[in-house]
Amino acid sequence: MKRVVENVTCPFCGVVCDDLEITVENAEITEAKRGCVLGRYTFLRHNDDRATMRVNGEPATLDICIEEAVDILDRADFPLLYGLASTECNAQRKAVEIADLIGATIDTTSSVCHSPTLQAIQHMGDSTCTVGEIKNRSKLLIFWGCNPAESHPRHFSRYSVTPTGMFVPEGRKGRYVVNVDVRKTPSARAADLFIQVEPGADYEVLTVLRALVNGRPVDVGEVGGVKVEVLRELAQRMKSVKFGSLFWGMGLTMSRGRHMNIFAMLALARDLNQYTKFTASPMRGHGNVVGAATVMTFSTGYPFAVNLSRGYPQYSPGEFSSVDVLARGEADAALILAADAVGNFPGRASEYLKKIPLIAIDPKESMTTRAARVVIPTAIAGIQAGGTVYRMDGIPLPLTQILESQYPSDLDVLSRIAAGIRRRRGLPETVAAHADAENSPRASV
Amino acid sequence: MSQLLTLITGRTTTQGKTLHLGKESKEFLEEVFKVEMNPEDMARRGLADGAEVRVRSEHGEMKGRVKQSDVPVGLVFIAYSYFCNQLVGGDTGGTGMPSSKGIRVQVEAV
Repeated sequence: MKRVVENVTCPFCGVVCDDLEITVENAEITEAKRGCVLGRYTFLRHNDDRATMRVNGEPATLDICIEEAVDILDRADFPLLYGLASTECNAQRKAVEIADLIGATIDTTSSVCHSPTLQAIQHMGDSTCTVGEIKNRSKLLIFWGCNPAESHPRHFSRYSVTPTGMFVPEGRKGRYVVNVDVRKTPSARAADLFIQVEPGADYEVLTVLRALVNGRPVDVGEVGGVKVEVLRELAQRMKSVKFGSLFWGMGLTMSRGRHMNIFAMLALARDLNQYTKFTASPMRGHGNVVGAATVMTFSTGYPFAVNLSRGYPQYSPGEFSSVDVLARGEADAALILAADAVGNFPGRASEYLKKIPLIAIDPKESMTTRAARVVIPTAIAGIQAGGTVYRMDGIPLPLTQILESQYPSDLDVLSRIAAGIRRRRGLPETVAAHADAENSPRASV
Repeated sequence: MSQLLTLITGRTTTQGKTLHLGKESKEFLEEVFKVEMNPEDMARRGLADGAEVRVRSEHGEMKGRVKQSDVPVGLVFIAYSYFCNQLVGGDTGGTGMPSSKGIRVQVEAV
């Protein structure tokens, strides 16, 4: 039997395209219309390399996996919960509940992508808007240290570079696009101007650009490999446009300067708003990483790196962020949800993670599942489970359950772990009804 | 000792799509073992396109294959994976974020 599910939300990246048309034939996805290359692989190859349920490398039932996970978490003195990105918000809330229950440190994948952005925003505030505003109004787009052509493939066509907008009826011709980076990526091909900066010099270049915007004297001819004349022209263009937008990615957050680079970027946007309207938006996403930061913030007050061991949230990047906790050898057990910590962390942190009791909850195999004592495969959020995800601009969107799954959802698994811990500790089980009530996807099975 | 280069790790379309096939799939591993270099840096080290190399930082090392590209002289690009993360240090400077871009590395023929 063939059926087509319309207006499907793609769970892969922060663009969260919600216009996909998924064709299902005999319980298999055979087409993902309007998906980018990453989205198509997300849907069409969702069954490749699925994880298997196991404990200590041996096949196990879900009950045994849950019991072992409960045992590990209940015994731990310094448990770490990490990940949360590639799942939906109800599961993320349940992860925070478990962290609270056992006094864990909880951290999301923001920690190793846009945590410098979050820290800079806490100091500076942000001049932001939805992607709809960018599509409809923005005539100057500056992509700095990011490569949307490869990591957010439909951003250019849906929201920024090429679409026609209410006040940009000419589409691409009505917009001027600048790409700033240390190398010429495929995104540079979409730009009218490419500015190459030396690695690690973004802060200096941004600071000079701010000085030029503010009419301050600049007594150098070149900064970070960029001629000041180029920056002077750019500053003039920025001030004279009616509505402009800054975007940045991990080219700034992972480079020398980290949060100070973002601080300079946010300050530039603030400065520009004295002359015209300018927005500043991080290119967020893998998966529902914005949702993870949002859930963490409304649950604990902070977006990542939170410790709950004292019964109240303590926020301290560098102290309670996962890479630091692991590189210092502090955690004595970890639950990794919907992320590949072993694959994505620096060697020293990932090697330590392999040595401690590790629980991996993930639909697919990864470097983390291969190192884990307990592996619990789950239904893929956005394909086999519903829920809510946040787009990169902080807008929540519903996920559609397209297929039935033999696996439980992340929310189901986490609810059972939470209930198991409560039982061990003689606490009332108050979660089952809560889980049922909250997991109300737009089912299309 | 050969001159140090600056390593940038990052995402690519191929890395993003092949991770769905599995992180031990041939397609994924082929992508994440590519060590993109400028022809000038390759010539200076006597490396041909496709040559097997060892990339070393003060934190660790990985093996890969040179891919000639238009990255600027002095720069090396490798797609994100467990392997290039061996070159990244665990110090986050109090921010939580490791320095995954701008790492000083040596690239040598194996």
